Amino acid sequence: MDSTILMFLVQDGVVNGAVYALLGVALVLVFTVTRVVFIPQGAFVAYGGLTMAALEAGRTPGTAWLLLVMGVVAAGMELLRRWGTSPPRVMARILAVDIGVPCGLLAVSLWLPGHGLGQWANILLTFALVIPIGPVLYRIAFQPLADASVLVLFIVAVGIDLTMTGLGLVFFGPEGYRTEVFSAVSFSVGPLNISAQSIWIVAMAAMLLGGLFVFFERTLLGKALRASAVNRRGARLVGIPTSLSGRTAFGLAAFIGCLSGLLIAPVTTIYFDTGFMVGLKGLIGAIIGGLISYPVTAVAALVVGLLEAFSSFEASAFKEVIIFTVIIPVLLWRSLTRPHIEDEE
Amino acid sequence: MSILSIDGVSVSYGKVEAVHDVSLKVEAGAIVTVIGANGAGKTTLLGAAMGLLECRGDIHLDGRPLARMLVEARVEAGMCLVAEKRELFGTMPVEDNLLLGGFRVSRAERRRGLEEVYGRFPRLKQRRGQTAGTLSGGERQMLAMGRALMGRPRLLMLDEPSLGLAPLIVRDILGIVAELRQTGVAILLVEQNARAALEIADYGYVMELGEVIMHGPARRLAHDPRVIESYLGVGSHREAPAQYVEAGEQA
Repeated sequence: MDSTILMFLVQDGVVNGAVYALLGVALVLVFTVTRVVFIPQGAFVAYGGLTMAALEAGRTPGTAWLLLVMGVVAAGMELLRRWGTSPPRVMARILAVDIGVPCGLLAVSLWLPGHGLGQWANILLTFALVIPIGPVLYRIAFQPLADASVLVLFIVAVGIDLTMTGLGLVFFGPEGYRTEVFSAVSFSVGPLNISAQSIWIVAMAAMLLGGLFVFFERTLLGKALRASAVNRRGARLVGIPTSLSGRTAFGLAAFIGCLSGLLIAPVTTIYFDTGFMVGLKGLIGAIIGGLISYPVTAVAALVVGLLEAFSSFEASAFKEVIIFTVIIPVLLWRSLTRPHIEDEE
Repeated sequence: MSILSIDGVSVSYGKVEAVHDVSLKVEAGAIVTVIGANGAGKTTLLGAAMGLLECRGDIHLDGRPLARMLVEARVEAGMCLVAEKRELFGTMPVEDNLLLGGFRVSRAERRRGLEEVYGRFPRLKQRRGQTAGTLSGGERQMLAMGRALMGRPRLLMLDEPSLGLAPLIVRDILGIVAELRQTGVAILLVEQNARAALEIADYGYVMELGEVIMHGPARRLAHDPRVIESYLGVGSHREAPAQYVEAGEQA
């Protein structure tokens, strides 16, 4: 292996690793706040990329319909729970947010494709369609289970992942798609050719991780999310609603997944089931971070990306095997060095 | 009108009834104490009032029924519980714990609240950057009370604030509780340490095996022969056992 190949592999690894780091951090975020191992994290990557591809191709993405249906269900659940206790003003707001907004977005997605407003409009619409799926999903599937055991939550998460992947096939078909690059420029550094898209990926990942750090350290809402993670009962006693923390965490996770999908769609062909593998590699990072440490997760995910690049060069047939095997010594080491922590239930 | 009124409340854990048909009132600006031995159902009663436990019977805050109201909504309505386990955010700094106590109030009120709490508990100001998990038992209780005050409650419910603290610290903490009366907040104080509780309270209830067996003005209870015999006598010392007193507290 000469230095040119080495640099190529490092570049490739860093770009993939940055995306894994984003997803890993999202998994840690969702787990610490809600105790859900968020298996469908990857599905949001696919939904993001494929929604964008559908909009570029001039079609109305199925996610717009999905959001409306989920909104109707969530509104129904919320109205039923509040029946007779909340004032009509609150009820009207629930209807407007859960059903009105998805209707508006659906109207825009039906109208927009014929009137191509360009890439940035498509990106904004993709965010608007995919991000709300996160909080609404929390409302429907996880809020009623807020006191369930980690195992129950995990099983539900797996079920949702299977459902979302299946729906992905229905919405987008079995073909893979690529979207347009954000900018076609590329730079040469010595023998290395760096595309603007890889710089976008790494820069956005770094900015987002920095942004999350500021959010958790400086803002009251960020601190409230951490507080919910540290002590759920304590958080409720100071008036932080479990549902607010849950929805915010799921919203952030959906945003991170969607952004990752948008970032990689121009350089990787996205299929309806691509997300699972990508999400799993983020999960390896998150597990190495003990599903609790953001910095360890980010670094571990970056290492997973590099390892993947090198192993696909040296032994491409064993690429996945090598990556998923790494987790064993790490888990072994962790179980030997860390004291056993009881589940909070 | 009472700020808190509990009417015929019962709470069961499965088939075991921990609280049976308890009625109790807290007037605005008063300190009301519930005393009783370990297992009398005092903590369970507070859990029911706060919405942490399901119960039968009626609970009203300012005449407004609280049934089906979530814990968060009760906090919003002006109730605050300082739980027996303190329920602090252990890995977060003291100041962040306090700021989160004011999660429901405006930014300006939060800033003002922080000044007030630091004024009342200078120890917390010294330790503002330290994580809550590293505080001593007395400091933890101060932080739990400070965090509760940050939310500007109208009814503060304290569950065993003296639990696990050395006698000197207990006197400090209960002294502060007595001072809080001036701020206009109503206090429902649950204590095993009956002597200290009756000293600062206006009115008292005695609980035994899930039922209120006696109630009256605190001064009268303190002189009632049955209370003296069961809860204040030398032979029935009901403070926390010595092993619960944390090392740092043994002044």
